[in-house]
Amino acid sequence: MTGPRAWVEEPLEPPPPKERGSKLLGNRAFLVSTGSTIVFFTVLTLVVVLAPGFRVVRGSFFSFHAMKESFFGVQREGLPPIWRGFLLNVKVFMIAEVLILILGLVIAVIRQIPGPVFFPLRLVAILYTDLFRGTPLLLVIYIFGFGIPSLGIQGMPNSIVVWGGAALVLSYSAYVSEVLRAGIESVHASQMMAARSLGLSRWQSLRYVVLPQAVRRVIPPLLNDFVSLQKDTALLAPLGAIEAVRSAQIYTSYRFNFSPYVMAAFLFILLTIPLARFTDHLIERDRRRRAAGGAR
Amino acid sequence: MIGDGEALRMEKVHKSFGATHVLRGIDLSVAEHEVICLIGASGSGKSTLLRCVNLLEDIDAGRIVVEGEEITAEGLDVNRIRRHIGIVFQSFNLFPHMTVMRNITLAPVKALKMSTASAEAEATELLERFGLADKREEFPDRLSGGQQQRLAIVRALAMKPDIMLLDEVTSALDPELVAEVLNVIRELATAGMTMVIATHEMGFARDIANRVCFLDAGVILEEGPPAQIFSEPRQPRTREFLQSIIEAGRM
Repeated sequence: MTGPRAWVEEPLEPPPPKERGSKLLGNRAFLVSTGSTIVFFTVLTLVVVLAPGFRVVRGSFFSFHAMKESFFGVQREGLPPIWRGFLLNVKVFMIAEVLILILGLVIAVIRQIPGPVFFPLRLVAILYTDLFRGTPLLLVIYIFGFGIPSLGIQGMPNSIVVWGGAALVLSYSAYVSEVLRAGIESVHASQMMAARSLGLSRWQSLRYVVLPQAVRRVIPPLLNDFVSLQKDTALLAPLGAIEAVRSAQIYTSYRFNFSPYVMAAFLFILLTIPLARFTDHLIERDRRRRAAGGAR
Repeated sequence: MIGDGEALRMEKVHKSFGATHVLRGIDLSVAEHEVICLIGASGSGKSTLLRCVNLLEDIDAGRIVVEGEEITAEGLDVNRIRRHIGIVFQSFNLFPHMTVMRNITLAPVKALKMSTASAEAEATELLERFGLADKREEFPDRLSGGQQQRLAIVRALAMKPDIMLLDEVTSALDPELVAEVLNVIRELATAGMTMVIATHEMGFARDIANRVCFLDAGVILEEGPPAQIFSEPRQPRTREFLQSIIEAGRM
């Protein structure tokens, strides 16, 4: 059968059934995966429960009473409620997030401006990202939170939350600007060319054509940075701000019980998971709207 | 039908990319309502020539005059110049994050400062004229290649350009989609649009062009009415090129 064979219409028949029923195989795979999952978690639970220190750990890390008490605070003993502290985390995060997006975008755009005249501006942007990405966040927070208010300049706010927040904004803007810059560079140059050829200015082309596409592409890494930021608002604790972790710490040092830390951790998780799911939803909706094949 | 006015004049235009001398002294004059087809092998400078007219590339020497204004003079507002010169690319370059309607109205609204309402009214007219009326709320990725290229043409037309530059607009299309785009260009020619068209579609060039220019190694080696260029080319290089096209079965 080497020569060209005459064209014969292939009969349109469904493929023959597999010899061993694929359904049977599917059932078996399901049983195996269920079984191995049960075994894995049983062993894991036994290892934890049978550990010599399990009772102690349960009492000091998972005490429901301590969690409840720390969540609502103990007013007569001056123990701050975690929920109120957590509101501060949320507030700092919300405000910082907006400022970071703006500052990050400005820096990313500055690094894109062509031409020798703007070299100093680009240089400043590069130095900025290098400096703030290279310095440990905790040190930036210390320097800002303790240093700047100590200058005693008239009219400057001396709140540790404001300066700690500023440190977060400056540090995270450096990261976010790099993410956005990667997004801008991933938009093909022909898009800029098409926009310019229609008579749009460089800025208009960036604003209406390049940036919307760039931001959409980097939503997952941006979200990653924002989840990270949500947690890092806890770094205002060393400055003395009574946020969630600091509130938990106060309770812990009075009652020798670590359960409030678990409570605080739970609250942070509660905050980040919906954000992640919401972003997934946005990305999926956008992809479906634009993709070939129609809306499903 | 060809007007008396001159829409475009190129004088001794040179352009190099690094050590590559792409345009080596282009002289070309295009009358109003005239349709010029640029033919020639890949790398002969057709695209670069069009991109220079749209100021997407700076020229190294010579000058380009559009509608009586020297557009290559120093210190001109390139955005203002480009608004009168439409260009359509081989790869469509539509804006994928915008609906068909937004693709068309973006430049009229932002660059010409038209009101959204009147820009949309004009866009609707253009979409109807080019058979895309039912696609106004679609995104470009959901259109066929032929529809995408027609949309790109409409987007350029929405700026009411004095002259249209078409850069191998059918080269990225499946063969069965080429005709619908060529028909649009034919309609534009009938309506009197001044056009400079870089193309590999020789049959189309013969039909539509008032004049055909054969580009070779960065110069216009031969130009004339299509009947003369395609039937009795004077230059041996033109003959060679047309022979290779015939052998490839594309004419």
